Amino acid sequence: MIKAEHLTKRFGDTIAVNDLSFEVAPGCVTGFLGPNGAGKTTTMRMILGLDAPTQGTVTVNGKRYANHRFPLHEVGALLDAKALHGGRTAFNHLLVLAKTNGIGRARVDEVLDIVGLTDVAGKRAGTFSLGMGQRLGIAGALLGDPGILMFDEPVNGLDPEGILWIRTFLRSLADEGRTVFISSHLMNEMAMTASRLIVVGRGKLIADATVDEVVSRGQHWVRVRSPRIDELVPQLIAAGGTVNENDGAHDIRGLSAAQVGDLAAATGIALHELTEQRASLEDVFFEMTEDSVEYHGSANAHVAVAATTDVLAGVAR
Amino acid sequence: MTATITPAPTPYSTNRPAPKGSVLGRAVSSEWAKIRSVRSTVLSLVATMGLTVGLGWLITFAFIHRDHLERDGRRFDRFDPTDRAMRGVFLAQLAIGVLGVLVMSSEHVTGMIRSSIAAVPQRRTLLAAKAIVLGTVALIVGMASSFAAFLGGQAILSSPHTDLSRQFQGVSLSDPGVLRAVAGAGAYLTMIALLGLAIGTIIRRTPGAISAMFAVVLVAPLITTALPAPWDVNVGRWLPLNAGQAMFTVRVEPDLLTPGKGFFVMLVWLAGSFLLATILLSKRDV
Repeated sequence: MIKAEHLTKRFGDTIAVNDLSFEVAPGCVTGFLGPNGAGKTTTMRMILGLDAPTQGTVTVNGKRYANHRFPLHEVGALLDAKALHGGRTAFNHLLVLAKTNGIGRARVDEVLDIVGLTDVAGKRAGTFSLGMGQRLGIAGALLGDPGILMFDEPVNGLDPEGILWIRTFLRSLADEGRTVFISSHLMNEMAMTASRLIVVGRGKLIADATVDEVVSRGQHWVRVRSPRIDELVPQLIAAGGTVNENDGAHDIRGLSAAQVGDLAAATGIALHELTEQRASLEDVFFEMTEDSVEYHGSANAHVAVAATTDVLAGVAR
Repeated sequence: MTATITPAPTPYSTNRPAPKGSVLGRAVSSEWAKIRSVRSTVLSLVATMGLTVGLGWLITFAFIHRDHLERDGRRFDRFDPTDRAMRGVFLAQLAIGVLGVLVMSSEHVTGMIRSSIAAVPQRRTLLAAKAIVLGTVALIVGMASSFAAFLGGQAILSSPHTDLSRQFQGVSLSDPGVLRAVAGAGAYLTMIALLGLAIGTIIRRTPGAISAMFAVVLVAPLITTALPAPWDVNVGRWLPLNAGQAMFTVRVEPDLLTPGKGFFVMLVWLAGSFLLATILLSKRDV
């Protein structure tokens, strides 16, 4: 269990993390989502006691990280695949970390095996690719067999096979009852891996909910195709729907698929398509965070901001 | 595309035994493994030994073969056989000081420090563990080097070399002040290594920390010699190099502190730099 209360971090005039409160529960993968510069890494650094919060507190298993005598047995973290001395071999890098917390050589071999680096254990870590460095960092996090695992952008630099591996791996860790907390700026990746989401933008909490809840806050509508659509449209509008033509199909908002189907059946109009449409998680994410990204790339930001307020009203605590 | 939520199982608990022992003890064993597993450590130690012993012997050897010894031997009435053999210390201190700097600065430069502090969040304990391991290694290498430099140097002096060989005889460890001076050289090298560690902790980047170490150890004594008398001596004698020189010089020089005072002044330098290092290490984000 990770618990942050009013966590705030200022760097001079910049507020990296702004009054952030959340809990990360055991037994599921919690995604920590936000655009670049949203304060995800800073938050994780504060959880590990690397950065001191300007205000607020964060505890792991009820204590501040630094108050655990042998913390690798409580929390395993990968913040930065480059947090190692490139002159040491992979085995020695893990060994020096293991020794600090009374962990034996056998466990070092074990975690090397888990991440698939046994064959290169004797190579200097400085020669590793980003993907291998990432695996070595994960091995380091697993050393103490901790109940809490925390990874910052774990799929960074992994090849497709590696990404698949880590997804399955993270789920299996959560299924064992561990707390798994992973950050990403890639929404789709989170949708594949996480079941809960903590969404931040500009250091502030935007959402703390299940993935399903977040998605359901996005727009949803019914897509209809019919050879007699012109007859159907007036009836749909009369029933309270709004209709937009979209590339030969019609998108109906304000009515459920059942209502549209019943209406068509009642008037004897054949439908060639009747589907529920939902904004993808990616769309919802963009809507939620668009006004909080540091630098806008799009010209229609004001539209997105309007959409964001809708989403915020529903999702934010 | 969305994930289904599995009911939370009971929170994970490991069946591995809880670690025993003290945090410091564990940290020391890790630091020992760290210092052995990078090449630069071994190179610095070899350089320290090579410079102390090699230069000590070379300088002694060159001395006895100088032609002017024959012509002008009287100029060397202040000749000190121990001092001759310990000349390598002046350069060796830089090698071992760099090792001290690297023990901390290399962690900052590579990013390893984040892994280290995540593993040992008791930052003062981490620094203490580094000091214990570095201090022990430096003491062993420093003492071995200075005794080897001395013994070899005296053997060279005592070998029948010139007509004046009796005038420039080697001395033995049992002669007054000699054992103290030779051990003082080893102790001084150890203290410079520790001073390097403190500077590496304060400055964190290798180039800056090494420059600062050179400035304190080498440049500052040069600058003070340019001060008008009596300030050159009054200020200079408190600097590490001159305090150290008092420790490893047999004769008590009027410009230097007494050996005991020199040792004490070095302790004060260490205490001050480690105090600052500890405060900064505890306070800073890494």
